[in-house]
Amino acid sequence: MQLKSRHLLGLEGMTAEEINLILDTAASLKPILDRPIPKVPTLRGKTVANLFYEPSTRTRFSFELAEKRLSADSVSFSQSGSSVSKGETLKDTVRNLQAMKIDTVVIRHGASGAPHFLAGCLDASVVNAGDGTHEHPTQALLDMMTLREKLGKIKGLKVAIVGDILHSRVARSNIHGLSAAGASVGLCGPATLMPVGVSDLPVRLYRNLGEALEDADVFIVLRIQMERQKRGMFPSLREYRSLFGMTVERLEPLKKEITILHPGPINRGVEIDDAVADGRHSVILDQVTNGVAVRMAVLYLLSGGRGKIEMEDHGQA
Amino acid sequence: MARPDFKPVRAEAVCLTGARLLDPASKLDASADLLVAEGRIAKIGAAAGEGFEGLRIDGAGLTVVPGFVDLHAHLREPGREDEETIRSGAEAAAAGGFTEIACMPNTNPPVDDRPSVEFVRGRAAGLLTDVHPIAAITKGQRGEELVEMADCAEAGAVAFSDDGRPVEKASVLRRAVEYAGMTGRPVISHSEDLSLSDGGVMHEGVRSTRLGLRGIPSISEEIAVDRDIRIAEYVRGRIHIAHVSTAGSVRLIREAKARGVAVTAETCPHYLTLTDEAVQGYDPNAKMNPPLRTAEDRAALWEGLKDGTIDAVSTDHAPHSAEEKDVEFDAAPFGVIGLETAVGLLLTHGVHKRRLTLRELVLVFSVLPRRILGLPEARIREGADANLTFLRPDAAWTVNRDGFFSRSRNTPFHGWALKGAAAGVLRGDQFYLAP
Repeated sequence: MQLKSRHLLGLEGMTAEEINLILDTAASLKPILDRPIPKVPTLRGKTVANLFYEPSTRTRFSFELAEKRLSADSVSFSQSGSSVSKGETLKDTVRNLQAMKIDTVVIRHGASGAPHFLAGCLDASVVNAGDGTHEHPTQALLDMMTLREKLGKIKGLKVAIVGDILHSRVARSNIHGLSAAGASVGLCGPATLMPVGVSDLPVRLYRNLGEALEDADVFIVLRIQMERQKRGMFPSLREYRSLFGMTVERLEPLKKEITILHPGPINRGVEIDDAVADGRHSVILDQVTNGVAVRMAVLYLLSGGRGKIEMEDHGQA
Repeated sequence: MARPDFKPVRAEAVCLTGARLLDPASKLDASADLLVAEGRIAKIGAAAGEGFEGLRIDGAGLTVVPGFVDLHAHLREPGREDEETIRSGAEAAAAGGFTEIACMPNTNPPVDDRPSVEFVRGRAAGLLTDVHPIAAITKGQRGEELVEMADCAEAGAVAFSDDGRPVEKASVLRRAVEYAGMTGRPVISHSEDLSLSDGGVMHEGVRSTRLGLRGIPSISEEIAVDRDIRIAEYVRGRIHIAHVSTAGSVRLIREAKARGVAVTAETCPHYLTLTDEAVQGYDPNAKMNPPLRTAEDRAALWEGLKDGTIDAVSTDHAPHSAEEKDVEFDAAPFGVIGLETAVGLLLTHGVHKRRLTLRELVLVFSVLPRRILGLPEARIREGADANLTFLRPDAAWTVNRDGFFSRSRNTPFHGWALKGAAAGVLRGDQFYLAP
């Protein structure tokens, strides 16, 4: 089996089979990361360009490592601010990439739809590494991989996404991905950070965090950006924490096992307490490890790979 | 940008034979010959062309109606002549079936005083399609001080508008409506509450949520429409609402008209034919302000057009270069061109879908926009000025942006199959008939 598209632009519209294909492939690739020489020759001769138009440490390192583990040649570029403000348009960047015979482009961009724009004018495969407030598909895939690893399955899970849904590409990708994979998704956050028309998506809306804690098994806690408060989206971090913070006091009385994910970077003491982020419910560091495996799987599958990767060891020579 | 050569024909006299002549106001709907001489309709009748030795046009398949007017076009001269000039805009208009157009003042520099109004008039002199300047409401369109409205009107401004942006201060719009009343010219309002639009790029709803694009809510328009109507009502002045896009605005205007407020309104072909679904795929040619709304809004606009709540259809023709427009959605400027597709779209989706009659099409494209702008009536009767639009109501064609006379290509309708086309215009001693 192969992916239907040669791009990974988002999880909206992706089938459970495709998602499982990526997660299975990632699981089969993950052991490579524990080898003494964690490298296979799978993408030898392929060239990947990482274009990061927004600051990112975790995602960029994760993609770069995934590329190196698969022996792809990679070049990276990061620049804060939009391409337009710097004078060179995205289209010019694209033309340059085309001329340099790049096979795969990984792009993070502040404008929703920027990867779609690239996909429309490039021969290369395009991987969305986060576009504006649209999607961040590899983040949702690594979340799903982590859940599958820890809980054995995704189907039937009740997942609550907590926080700034309006501006979250992680939330959108998880809504599409998790519901395609058979989980039920609920949203919880300040009314001002809940997008219009969200109830038309396959989600339930929790009235408050208490209701979510009672109902869900899994919590994806989103980062709250300080600038949202300055733009008047909510009154204060203090009040945010008291209504939506994953605090020790809230979790202590819970009688059930829950799993907590966070896409990072964490605002400790705001959306999540230290003790919770580092506590027994948290799988935050597993997410980071799985991020590399998932990105390896995506790069491999988009380069034409089918199903399970050959695990021969000549890469270790 | 390659564009075809526009070659109008100049003729002292011309005889149009075998066309259907339709002018509801003159109670005319007949197949007859029509003789134009010295810029006037000299004769109408079965034998009008008898003995005529001059130029004859075979009118088989043509329907001739009173000259259409677009009361809302953006030409980019001065400032962005690469995108559109007054001449190229006028040529696109003629090909699109408009004998007259009114152009918005948001050029660079803006049209906000007598010399700039005269500049537009000067550039338009002698063109087949007449271009009427609309002057700004406020100097520099900054929303603060009124322009010299009387002077601009005397120089030929047909209306006042800061279109492209709203007059943010209600007090300034109030003074504008009051003062413009002395000139007899309407104020055209771009009704938008910028604080609610808040950097949005498409209609706010489930689709903007899915696409992760910042939304412009319906209330951004409706609250401003309500404000603007109340201002006109309070000062007993006239206001014209530009590019109405929502069901709520239609309702507000309907209620205001019922109360007797002197409000008129226009909508545009794209709001009548597209919805926010067109943004799927992040096509910058589906980005305009106000944004494409929902199917319910679209249905309400047709209803409003049918019952007269919305008086006119305008194009909001907004040319942008490919360099500007072919970028990520957020970065693309708002606006689409429309002069060469408006009539075809209204024939296809209005007349052929029985949402409007051909008679009503004449109302929304000719009679009412003329009344709004205070332009002379165009009539098909002996002695009247020759001011005619040619239609081929049953012609099947496919929109091809590369054949446009406009200098720009930013249309969401490229490749659309339409039934019914504008075939050109005749005005005075010039005409253009599409091959």
